[in-house]
Amino acid sequence: MITFIVRRLIATVFLLIIVSMITFAIFFLLPRLAGQTSRGLASQYVGRNPTPAAVHAIEQQLGLDAPLPVQYGRFLRGIVLGEHFNSGSNKAYCPPPCFGYSFKTQQPVWPMMVSALPVTISLAIGASILWLVGGVAIGVISALRRGTLFDRFSMGVALAGVSLPIFFTGLVSLALFSYKWPIFPNVHFVSFTQNPFLWARNLVLPWVTLAFLYAALYARLTRAGMLETMSEDYIRTARAKGLNERTVIVRHGLRAALTPIITIFGMDLGALLGGAVLTETTFSLPGLGQFTILAINSQDLPEILGVTMLAAFFIVIANLVVDILYAVVDPRVRH
Amino acid sequence: MAAWKGRARGGDKAAAPTVTDTSAPATSSMLDVRDLRIHFPTDDGLVKAVDGVSFTLDRGKTLGIVGESGSGKSVTSLGIMGLHHGTNAKISGKIWLDGEELVAASAGRVRQLRGSKMAMIFQDPLSSLHPYYTVGYQIAEAYLIHNKVSKKAAKEHAVDLLNRVGIPNPQTRVDDYPHQFSGGMRQRAMIAMALSCDPELLIADEPTTALDVTVQAQILDLMADLQQEFGSAVIIITHDLGVVAELADDILVMYAGRTAEYGTSEDIFDRPAHPYAWGLLGSMPRLDRARLDRLIPIPGTPPSLINVPSGCPFHPRCAYAALTNGRSVNEIPQLRAVGPGHEAACHLSTDEQRRIWGEQAARMQLSPAARHFDQEDA
Repeated sequence: MITFIVRRLIATVFLLIIVSMITFAIFFLLPRLAGQTSRGLASQYVGRNPTPAAVHAIEQQLGLDAPLPVQYGRFLRGIVLGEHFNSGSNKAYCPPPCFGYSFKTQQPVWPMMVSALPVTISLAIGASILWLVGGVAIGVISALRRGTLFDRFSMGVALAGVSLPIFFTGLVSLALFSYKWPIFPNVHFVSFTQNPFLWARNLVLPWVTLAFLYAALYARLTRAGMLETMSEDYIRTARAKGLNERTVIVRHGLRAALTPIITIFGMDLGALLGGAVLTETTFSLPGLGQFTILAINSQDLPEILGVTMLAAFFIVIANLVVDILYAVVDPRVRH
Repeated sequence: MAAWKGRARGGDKAAAPTVTDTSAPATSSMLDVRDLRIHFPTDDGLVKAVDGVSFTLDRGKTLGIVGESGSGKSVTSLGIMGLHHGTNAKISGKIWLDGEELVAASAGRVRQLRGSKMAMIFQDPLSSLHPYYTVGYQIAEAYLIHNKVSKKAAKEHAVDLLNRVGIPNPQTRVDDYPHQFSGGMRQRAMIAMALSCDPELLIADEPTTALDVTVQAQILDLMADLQQEFGSAVIIITHDLGVVAELADDILVMYAGRTAEYGTSEDIFDRPAHPYAWGLLGSMPRLDRARLDRLIPIPGTPPSLINVPSGCPFHPRCAYAALTNGRSVNEIPQLRAVGPGHEAACHLSTDEQRRIWGEQAARMQLSPAARHFDQEDA
């Protein structure tokens, strides 16, 4: 078990390095392959009709003229040691961990992401608990009462849930429960440490909206898994022992049916921590998703690069956690 | 002496009880099944998986239920265990287990008996054991729900059982998962689980089908030994006549959900009366038969249980149906005594049956000496 985890950890470190290389290449190699020069890139950061000297200064300040491996090396060094951007009168310092420096906002990227993170985490954790509990419960009941009204109804709702986009369900819920009947008025993010009650109240609508989408998916997955598991031979064995039906369902059926759900849950949660773009935009929550959208809209390359790497980092970590969890729940993986 | 049996079982036993009365429980038998019918309504029609099967079984005795896939043998055993509960199965008839009727009993009562008084061993031990729980846990689980004991005591019981079914190092193997066991060891663990509450009735549904041939013999020996030790009544369900030859006292041959022939294993192997039983015996590979002889398969396939052929369900595949003046096509044959405690559902007269089987046995070159081929001690 220990060697399994250590092996996985080492693999994860390598994976992160490769992911960062690919991300870096996407942002700095692809434009060059498409014919963009370092001067062209630099000219985006100096106003209209710049003098060649000004462009050259920026080019030097950002290090765009250096070969790509050197730029990547600087990027990695910046994460560990921080980085100074000095060129003439323009001086900027990006303290470690430096995931880039936004010259448009004149701020290092990392602190901006850190301040957006609690919003995204609050949203993701709350919604994921809701959808996991709700989706699995509905899926199990649907599977056990296959063909009944409950099954048909909940699977119909689930189909709707999977199909309806967040910006529809989110706006409808806002229109109904925030404006028409102001149960949750003035939805905006309040940090948990500031006021736990307001934090929760303002997040109810985003949580439910986001959870609705995922719960629908999880209900269908759980139902399918449960139907398959309950027809397994070992379920018949459990019944043949004389176990009562609840023990058969929970201890023998659900235990096996939940294992693949854990995998998908880990991956979904990891992806969400990188920013729930649609939900955060719909509910104006200043999380990583909104940060990403703003960065893309203003074509702020260092911000986009930083948030992409952070999102990739979450997914890789989620993978690691899922792998280890899988070994914990499934002895066939462990041995 | 049982001619085809590898293992002698205390000479001739009492004749198998004839089954006529359907109103009162047999007083002596451990298990008494009367006119059991298990039907499944489906969109395509009513599937008569079991349609009027009766048999009895005494303590310490073994009944072999033999038949092709879809003959209703597994459905019968699951019916006895009450495992059709919760499905849409329509069950009628009577099942008396130790004097207690099970068909009309509440699901809760049958559940109490399941695992404690009657237990079952399934065909494929890998898929029948839960992959996420240790073997010991799964054995102890059965013991815990039927006995008021501590978890520690239940685990010690599991170790003891693993030891008795011949698992080496049971103290350490008890914490292993099923995938760490070999196929034969898994089936031993299944047997240990079934025996955990010392059941009076043990049903083994094709217990050796999924195993290597060498392991099959070990498992059959183990079951025979444990039956002596625990004194359970055993039902062995199989399509392998070699298995019943090894273990069974009585044999029930099933075809299309009905009893084709029922008698002692001597009756079935030495004096089979039903053409289907002849077919089964003729298609069984045997060492004492000349090498070049071809096996004689039964032509055709088992019938659909929704549109069962008219008259005798076996008649489309039967080479002798023409000898009955059309009765086989039109009239369902009833079980009829063809010898003491030996019944067959066939329209052929007893004389014709004896004559045809005599010819068949001669063609299969079953010389009296060759028929006494024994696999081991005898």
